[in-house]
Amino acid sequence: MLKRTPFYDFHVAQGGRMVDFAGWEMPIVYRSIVDEHEQTRKSGSIFDVSHMGRIHFTGKDAQSFLQKILTRNVADQKVGQSRYSLICNAAGGILDDVIVSRDSKHWLVVCNASNREKLLKYFHDVRHDAGLDFDMADNTESTGMVALQGPKVLDRVAEHLPVDVKSMKRYHFETGSVMGLIKLTVFRSGYTGEDGVEIVLSAKVAPMAMKMLAGKQDREGATLRPAGLGARDTLRLEAGMPLYGHELTESIDPIAAGLKWAVDLSKEFVGVERLREVEKSGPARKLVGLELEGKRIARQGSPVMKDGQAIGEVTSGTLSPTLGKSIAMAYIDTNLAGEGTDLGVDLKGVVNPAKVVKLPFYKRPA
Amino acid sequence: MSAPSDRKYLETHEWHKIAGDTATIGITQIAADELTDITYVSLPKVGAKVTAGKPFGEIESVKATSDLYSGVSGEVVAVNEAVNKDPGMVNRDPYEGAWMIKVKVSNPADADKLLGVDDYLKRTGH
Repeated sequence: MLKRTPFYDFHVAQGGRMVDFAGWEMPIVYRSIVDEHEQTRKSGSIFDVSHMGRIHFTGKDAQSFLQKILTRNVADQKVGQSRYSLICNAAGGILDDVIVSRDSKHWLVVCNASNREKLLKYFHDVRHDAGLDFDMADNTESTGMVALQGPKVLDRVAEHLPVDVKSMKRYHFETGSVMGLIKLTVFRSGYTGEDGVEIVLSAKVAPMAMKMLAGKQDREGATLRPAGLGARDTLRLEAGMPLYGHELTESIDPIAAGLKWAVDLSKEFVGVERLREVEKSGPARKLVGLELEGKRIARQGSPVMKDGQAIGEVTSGTLSPTLGKSIAMAYIDTNLAGEGTDLGVDLKGVVNPAKVVKLPFYKRPA
Repeated sequence: MSAPSDRKYLETHEWHKIAGDTATIGITQIAADELTDITYVSLPKVGAKVTAGKPFGEIESVKATSDLYSGVSGEVVAVNEAVNKDPGMVNRDPYEGAWMIKVKVSNPADADKLLGVDDYLKRTGH
């Protein structure tokens, strides 16, 4: 039995094609992936991201628990601030990438839908083994979450939101109430490379809030239109953002993944010893961007070649709607990872020329 | 979801419109929707031979790359260049504008093994 988010009826009414994603029935596309992608870059899109895990932490040892399992330092994180972080195992492999937010009375960790059960079990084990005193609540199913992303989003929704979102800094959040009824926690963050917000709300008020934000019926030319998981993937890939299960897995460390900025090596956390070693010796392979010649798409697992030798592997690939080029992310031998290096990608036996390019592929205009 | 009744089908979603000894082949809207945005179609050249049950080309989308199968054996007598230039046409107009190849059928009995529209829809769960 697939789980449904509070917005299921909305998706079906707007013509969403529903698929199984991490055990949830989610819309992969409404109109076309390219259309929804371009709408996000030029105007604004609404994404249902309710399937992602939302776990609350409270209690005496909540902060020291998070400090122990997150790669990021939370000790100096202010109330109203969000940070991107990894959670590693003892070998420095990535268990998940998360956003940790500090609220006045609790901490919130937003994790990938596919890792929620794994993390909850891991958190239980750590709490037990370390004898820590804190409470953990999985609020995923009692809440919903939407992402509104695109250059016109803030102008379009600012007046409907109960917080001053235009003054809010990136990676900060605030909670307010619409008409005293609909409580919204608004985060100025996103996973598309565009400006915008992500909103957490109770599952009960979610359909009402969606009507307020999106209007009753989608139409061509609307400033804000629904977009599905297909476009979410092409957008994040253009923005050079990693996806768990592709660029991030338990066999990959954050340094190889180019995420050293989200790791505080001066802190004691699970996996730090191994990461300090990797930092000292340098990772054997690192994550790069590739631009392929032609329009064929590189897929996860496609070997990356140099002089007839496999020297890496593709983790994600697509035809970039914004750039009109075939782009991919791949782990390749560090000594070949310099910008401009000529390589090839083996696409079902045919080696397609490619070169290393800087990430991100796309940056939003200032 | 339905499909035109003026042609026959493979379970792998290729439609075949037979006129005399020529079969025009393309893919259905069901297949195009499943693939999502199509980015590339690889078609054979005029004169190439195709074999019933074997792939004659490849179709690539943002989501996946799939083989294109022919349900008939014969020789390719026409290739739709428009599809090469604008792969997105397969999503928009898969039954007319985005026909892919025309085949001079060497064994007319091949066409009898193709599925009628109702069978095609049933077998593909539509």
